[in-house]
Amino acid sequence: MNRLSVPRGGETLIRAGFVLGSVVLGVPLLLRVLGFDAGPAMLALFRGSIGSSYAFTSGTLVRATPVILTGLSVAIAFRAGVFNIGSEGQLLAGAAAATTVTLLPVVGASHASPWMALVVGAIAGALWAGLAAVLRSRFRVLEVISTILLNFVALYLVGYLVRGPLQEPLHIYPQSPTIAAAARLPRILPSSRLHAGFLLALAAASIAWWVTRYTAAGFRLRAVGSNADAARIAGEIDVGRTTTRAFVVSGALAGLAGAIELTGVTFALYENISPGYGYTGIAVALLARLDPLGVVASGLLFGALEAGASAMQRDAGVPSVVVSIIEAIVILGLIVAWPLEMSTSTREGSSAPSADEADMGSVNP
Amino acid sequence: MTNGSLASAFAEATIRTATPLVLAATGELLVERAGLINIGLEGVILGGAFGALVGGSHGGSTLFGFAVAAAAGILIMLVFAAATLGMGADQIITGTAITLLALGATGTLYRTLYGAGGPALSIATSSPVAIPLLSRIPIVGVALFAQPPATYFAYVVVPLAWWWLSHTHAGLALRAIGESPIAARAAGVPVRRYRVLATMIAGALGGIAGGVLVLAQAGTFVEGMSAGRGFIAIAIVVLGRWKPIGVGLAALLFAATTSLQYLAQAMGFDVPYQLVLALPYALTLAALAGVGGRATPPAMLARVE
Repeated sequence: MNRLSVPRGGETLIRAGFVLGSVVLGVPLLLRVLGFDAGPAMLALFRGSIGSSYAFTSGTLVRATPVILTGLSVAIAFRAGVFNIGSEGQLLAGAAAATTVTLLPVVGASHASPWMALVVGAIAGALWAGLAAVLRSRFRVLEVISTILLNFVALYLVGYLVRGPLQEPLHIYPQSPTIAAAARLPRILPSSRLHAGFLLALAAASIAWWVTRYTAAGFRLRAVGSNADAARIAGEIDVGRTTTRAFVVSGALAGLAGAIELTGVTFALYENISPGYGYTGIAVALLARLDPLGVVASGLLFGALEAGASAMQRDAGVPSVVVSIIEAIVILGLIVAWPLEMSTSTREGSSAPSADEADMGSVNP
Repeated sequence: MTNGSLASAFAEATIRTATPLVLAATGELLVERAGLINIGLEGVILGGAFGALVGGSHGGSTLFGFAVAAAAGILIMLVFAAATLGMGADQIITGTAITLLALGATGTLYRTLYGAGGPALSIATSSPVAIPLLSRIPIVGVALFAQPPATYFAYVVVPLAWWWLSHTHAGLALRAIGESPIAARAAGVPVRRYRVLATMIAGALGGIAGGVLVLAQAGTFVEGMSAGRGFIAIAIVVLGRWKPIGVGLAALLFAATTSLQYLAQAMGFDVPYQLVLALPYALTLAALAGVGGRATPPAMLARVE
């Protein structure tokens, strides 16, 4: 079993080298091709991410926090063979629910407020994922499609909330009122924007690592994800229940990311509260080979990239969407070079024509 | 507004919304009938929209713009085909990546070629062509038969796809591949060649769908202007039960739901705009739940090879 969960050391190094190489060599090359001056842009990328302790803590670590959590969200779902592309929507649901509970007069001023917001956010994310889980298990709707649709519903729902029931009292801007100081997550370093959410992300990664590695639930997760039929027949594992649980936990992690972003960074809800953290989470999880501790490392890398990209746009006039290209290249490169050992036959709970599948790999018509 | 003109405005909005969806969904349908799933359709449409901008603003003619749009779509699907068919990469992850790629590439190239935050570019859109007599039908005449040529193209694509899938040797072979590649191969069908063909057609159709947004509707390019249409098209394929005619109807249904917002506005209902926008997505989910138990997807859909 460990063969599946623990990437071999050498391979990990090669992968890390591939990614660092594509950033250090690929980004300047890409910038040149696109007609930008690579020198100042790379300098801005460096300064904005790891160039100073302020950039590292307030930029990289703050940016890494949500993508570590969405990366974990994706990793746990994919591990169970659940293609949850909906971390983005679950994150938004979490942020919206956290805002709602924080703005309640009784809650907002109390010291329990940020923690309560986090719990509510996680629950909202779990419920949002739960919708797709039910659609999958009861109605055989592919979760790839349902989670994407739910992303849009969540986005429009937030759009409605910040123009309707949750709009700031002056009714000018499409955003919620700023949450009370007592409702914000504590800062953990003086003169930096780094908040306690980062520690929570680290804790979540450690727990996820421990659970997948050392508990029966983690064993079931990995067994179902790597071969659902074997898990059902040889392991007598309830595949449906295992995948549904993984789906819900995945949603809870994304919802937590949304609540943390609200109480630690933005302090108000608005439509663009997530610049695609849910989608970045897919890249983060794949880069980490779905390993929870690896997610921390790859989350830090993408956090640095995104923080650096903001500086690049500000100081060198290079659009920060360039990062999407890098992310895409990283995903494509990794998935081609190191295919995941993961079965898609868990869907529909039916038996897959496994001989057929196994054979397909070797045939070149 | 009179009831008649209201109804025709609704019909027109429906056809207008449905046109790119039908084109993109028909392409996706062919891919899925070949047993693949392309989650990156969103990126294909976006690439097509950007291609239409480049072609339309440099080449002059709208037709050239559409040609570049189709080429851009094909180019993106080449990446998909190379990764999944050529190198055995997971389809869903590859699809996600090519959407990211298109989002980043079009956004960056747009600012490189046309400057950041400048005035929105304006491109000549193709003007509607009224079909004599038919366009005079009360209420739906203009909506159906006084449209830009791209809409007529969509009218042709659906029956064409139906005929191709059900009445040609190649179409039957494609469907056989989706059900069992092994059996198809044993019967002498060149499986990979057909799958590449399907992805290329889907690339062209998805690209043209993006072209429609720029060259027949908006008259300009906006970053991320595909706005989820690729994902909707994928849902429409399921809703249409993997059949061309069904896909056409499902696209109309989705478009009609989207167009309800115009009706609601015109009739003075104070429905929150954002909620109306969410409605088609929610309804699609509900419809999928209803269809899910009965529809049979191609047996090998999205299976890891």
